[in-house]
Amino acid sequence: MKRIFLRFNRSWQAFLFISSSLLLVLLTTNLALADSAEQQLQQGRYLALAGNCKGCHTTLGGKPYAGGRKLRTPFGEFVTPNITPDINTGIGQWNKEDFWQAMHHGKSKDGRYLYPVFPYIEYTKVTRQDSDKIFAYLHSLPPVTQTNPPHKIDPPYDNQLLLFLWRTWYFKEGVYKPDSSKSEEWNRGAYLVQGLGHCTACHTSRNVWGASQDGELQGGEIMGTFWYAPSLISPLEAGMGDWSIESIVELLSTGITRHAVTSGPMATIVRESLQHLSAADMRAMAVYLQSIGKKEIDVKKTRKIPPMPETVRQYLAKGELIYEKHCQDCHGESGQGVPNIYPPLAGNRSVTMTSPLNTIRSVLYGGYPPSTAGNMRPYGMPPYQHIIHDAEIAQVVSYIRNAWGNFGSLVSPFDVDESRGYEY
Amino acid sequence: MKFSIIIILFLVFSLANATQPTPTKVPDSLEERVKPCTICHEDIDKTGLDAYFPRIAGKPAGYLYNQLRNFRDGRRYYQPMAILLENMSDEYILEIAHHFASMQYTYPQPDPHRLPSNEIEMVEKLINKGDTARDLPACNACHGENLMGVEPYIPGLLGLPHAYLAAQFGGWRNGGIMRGQTPDCMSEIAKKLTQEEVYALARWLPAQPVSGETAKAELLAPALVQRCQDIFSERKLFK
Repeated sequence: MKRIFLRFNRSWQAFLFISSSLLLVLLTTNLALADSAEQQLQQGRYLALAGNCKGCHTTLGGKPYAGGRKLRTPFGEFVTPNITPDINTGIGQWNKEDFWQAMHHGKSKDGRYLYPVFPYIEYTKVTRQDSDKIFAYLHSLPPVTQTNPPHKIDPPYDNQLLLFLWRTWYFKEGVYKPDSSKSEEWNRGAYLVQGLGHCTACHTSRNVWGASQDGELQGGEIMGTFWYAPSLISPLEAGMGDWSIESIVELLSTGITRHAVTSGPMATIVRESLQHLSAADMRAMAVYLQSIGKKEIDVKKTRKIPPMPETVRQYLAKGELIYEKHCQDCHGESGQGVPNIYPPLAGNRSVTMTSPLNTIRSVLYGGYPPSTAGNMRPYGMPPYQHIIHDAEIAQVVSYIRNAWGNFGSLVSPFDVDESRGYEY
Repeated sequence: MKFSIIIILFLVFSLANATQPTPTKVPDSLEERVKPCTICHEDIDKTGLDAYFPRIAGKPAGYLYNQLRNFRDGRRYYQPMAILLENMSDEYILEIAHHFASMQYTYPQPDPHRLPSNEIEMVEKLINKGDTARDLPACNACHGENLMGVEPYIPGLLGLPHAYLAAQFGGWRNGGIMRGQTPDCMSEIAKKLTQEEVYALARWLPAQPVSGETAKAELLAPALVQRCQDIFSERKLFK
């Protein structure tokens, strides 16, 4: 009897041991699963920030990711869709395959071709894993019921056949292929810049069909915004071949450096997206951007500055008077600026580059660099549109483009008027 | 002799120094940071090339905070303000709001109106009693017994020029202010007023002498706080 009891006791112990360890294994795997799911969401959230999905898919003052923002293009007005997981008005009925189809192939859930206002030209380079993580994150958001107004696409562009032809011609599908001759860091930077970061969506010139001319970061006017996105290659614009990695990281993550400041749409990108990226990713992007920038030395040799006719001299002298009255207090008598506060104008490529658009707009509308962790309380520039007339703005912009060793074309009152946006 | 040489040397050196551009010293102050605001909004109401700039000095902090965010987020409509505020954080906006709220301000002299007695009566009824038939609360129920506003969100109504008041009423009635924020109590109220009432109010208010202080928030009737709850969000920021 005792033996039987002992045996029973032993088997009971064994059973207890096995079942409890099983339970433990189950529990830990469950925990691990939950943990990795949470991690996946965090990564998805991070990638969504890197791709700045929220930037376009949120209207001014609206619910995040619920869409409704209007994007003007020469082909009509596009309205960004609701990408919260609402069943009827968002992407609640989508699965990760559908999402991949949009990101990678540029097609909607129903198979329709998407308009390239959605930057699938760039997002196609995003890996499947990253796409799935972003989708998981979007699906974890609180669903927002919001029906957005339809696009207003000008005929004949509201045509799927035309869009098919456009894609055949201009859309190169495919995930980013790492360049094995380059470092892992460089490749990470290239992946972010070319893919999720979709820098080419703005920093490129477009042909009459709205396609990027070369697919490179050669700079161009941003569709429908009246801002010029400078070349990230040319040393005469915003090419960073001569910059230190630290300066590039500083500009892109804080919005300001000793010599440069982000303004307009780029300031918004820094606030919404870049300032939230990890130090490693910012560094990787800087390494890539530095590598594609041409060095200044190759360009300066070919520049010849012609002598200035008397009429031009007089025009600039008028600008100088305006500069002394309105600008000098902050930007200094020699346009030297104040490091990390007021950007220098002498030698500032944003001032001297071929397109005077950004400088004119800065004078017209002023602005603050973004409030970021690295520059929480930025100093700002007042708007001058209701303080001085267009003719005076033209004179002062012409002056700063040609003072203190700067060299740039003259600006007319007509240029000033043309630089006004229509967004308000 | 030696002394004069030293002086001459000193002068020569200081001249040589003067030709070098000296880096501008920028004060690390909020005053310096809000120069883009004060270029238009001096401490008095001001008229510019083709625009009108209301004074912001001394207005309640919560009111300024709400308005700045409304401009930034598209609920209040003025392009130059929207562009300036575009990339500003809530924290920074709050700091700026407190800065202007704490500024001292001398009110202008009353601007006499020439309203007939029946219009004065009409206005005084709206101010003190409202009109229950149209669900119009008395102005002084929200804007303070003495119409000097209620901390931190409700602005005073005295010492404001006619042009400003007329523009504000126009903005509320036509959706220029708070068009994205529903429901909004003041636009709802402004829309219920007749054109004559708006005209008389905008004439009567600037004629009143300014006296007294901004009231404390606790004095507001709970029903009115409920009615205008949108503007009372984030109250903890102003404790």
